[in-house]
Amino acid sequence: MAEYSMTAPLKPEDVDKLRAGDKVNLTGFIYTARDAAHKKLVELIKEGKPLPLPLEGQIIYYVGPSPTPPGKAIGSAGPTTSFRMDPYAPLLIERGLRGMIGKGERAPGVVEAMQKHGAVYFAATGGAAALLSKRITAAEVIAYPELGAEAIRRLTVVNFPVIVAQDCHGGNIYREGQRQYAR
Amino acid sequence: MAKAKRKSKTPARGKAKAKKPAKVKARAKRAPRRVKKARPVKKAPRAARKAGPVSPLREISAKKIADVVARLSMEANYDLEHDVLEALERGLGAEISPVGKEIFNQLLENAAIARNERMPICQDTGLAVIFVDLGQDAHVTGGLLDEAINEGVRRGYTEGYLRKSVLGDPLRRVNTKDNTPAVIHTRIVPGDRLRLWVVPKGGGSENMSKIAMLKPADGIEGVKKFVAESVRIASANPCPPIVVGVGIGGSFEQCAENAKRALLRTIGSAHPDAFYADLEGELLRIINDLGVGPMGLGGRITALAVHIEAAPCHIASLPVAVNINCHAARHKTAVL
Ligand code: SF4
Repeated sequence: MAEYSMTAPLKPEDVDKLRAGDKVNLTGFIYTARDAAHKKLVELIKEGKPLPLPLEGQIIYYVGPSPTPPGKAIGSAGPTTSFRMDPYAPLLIERGLRGMIGKGERAPGVVEAMQKHGAVYFAATGGAAALLSKRITAAEVIAYPELGAEAIRRLTVVNFPVIVAQDCHGGNIYREGQRQYAR
Repeated sequence: MAKAKRKSKTPARGKAKAKKPAKVKARAKRAPRRVKKARPVKKAPRAARKAGPVSPLREISAKKIADVVARLSMEANYDLEHDVLEALERGLGAEISPVGKEIFNQLLENAAIARNERMPICQDTGLAVIFVDLGQDAHVTGGLLDEAINEGVRRGYTEGYLRKSVLGDPLRRVNTKDNTPAVIHTRIVPGDRLRLWVVPKGGGSENMSKIAMLKPADGIEGVKKFVAESVRIASANPCPPIVVGVGIGGSFEQCAENAKRALLRTIGSAHPDAFYADLEGELLRIINDLGVGPMGLGGRITALAVHIEAAPCHIASLPVAVNINCHAARHKTAVL
């Protein structure tokens, strides 16, 4: 298991070298979106309309932060369960999305799209939301402010800690790790 | 009869047996006299009421309840209780997977940041689940109990910058914007106090909960299989390391409520019934042998504890419910 510091957005060669179980510290820009925003993005793509965020090389973080208290960049911001985004993710990956951050295993359809188009799925520690929010230095709502916690935000992250959960070569730490420690 | 009475006085003979007929006899004799006496007794409270309030009820103001619920909602979300912190420390010591250890360290650091900066431990600050034990000699004044609790939740979640995650209707799905209504479970208990538990419950772990109406023939093995299978299927989604609440027996809804009530118990405390204490230990071993590990990434610690709450049940039934709590096992309690 390797450890990397990487800049977001990701380059295809970044995605290619990552293997399930690797530790990555991300620095740069990532976008937030969860259920409601995904539904809207996929509708826009299907209607052939422009999206409120660029997808090429980008990372989407599945998070609905708690409200921002005064003097902070963002409230607590840990990952939400990813499988709820599984129906939408393949289309976004096809349009250039390179990374996703969430928690829990992804569906075969998502894995297939990741392998075909070159994308990686990272796990952040669910419930380590206060710690993760300290690695977010700025947050700006860029679409759907009416969705509140579910609005699309652009986050500036510095050494944001994630683990490669499922890579673009079929590696899956949920399967491999659990098998290794089962008795 | 006279013989029996005399015999009862000798210490060598069973007292209880000999006394019974005597008591029945005495009651039968006194009964008509009691009916006559009942009338003046009934009149007494009416007279007392006219004279002024002599209620033996202890009064607890609705405002005080709302204040306490508001405070506990915030504290529960910022400040992990000692039992959870100690269980995380023990987990860190016992985990052998390097990734698992790293996650335990993150969780402990996270708890410290949350406490020091008064930030939510987790962004999902949950449905506000409130358990209430209301003494039957206590009287809530100046408002309704449930409204006072909801007022407290509204204030705590708004003033505390906690996330509002409640929809007014499950299908029309519009956010109520103040995290109400709370889910309130009230029991009437002896005494004149009111005890509250505020237990914010996140969606990720709640969604992985399950109930089954097993056949009595499935027995204890069926219970073990169902609990282990529920945790295996839940895998990473409820944010392991988890606390597993298990309801066994009762009716369908009682079993589910007991699974949640089991989460109120202090982590690390032994079940008062040795039979269930053993079963909890065995279930914990079975669950940790699944290898799910912290965040489901593989490891030896999947659960910090298994808590069982059993209840009497129907001859034809064996209900089992599993309510999973994440490591953000938030709970605060207060007595008013
Ligand atoms: S399961 Fe618990 S720790 Fe995980 S995201 Fe939900 S509330 Fe937070």
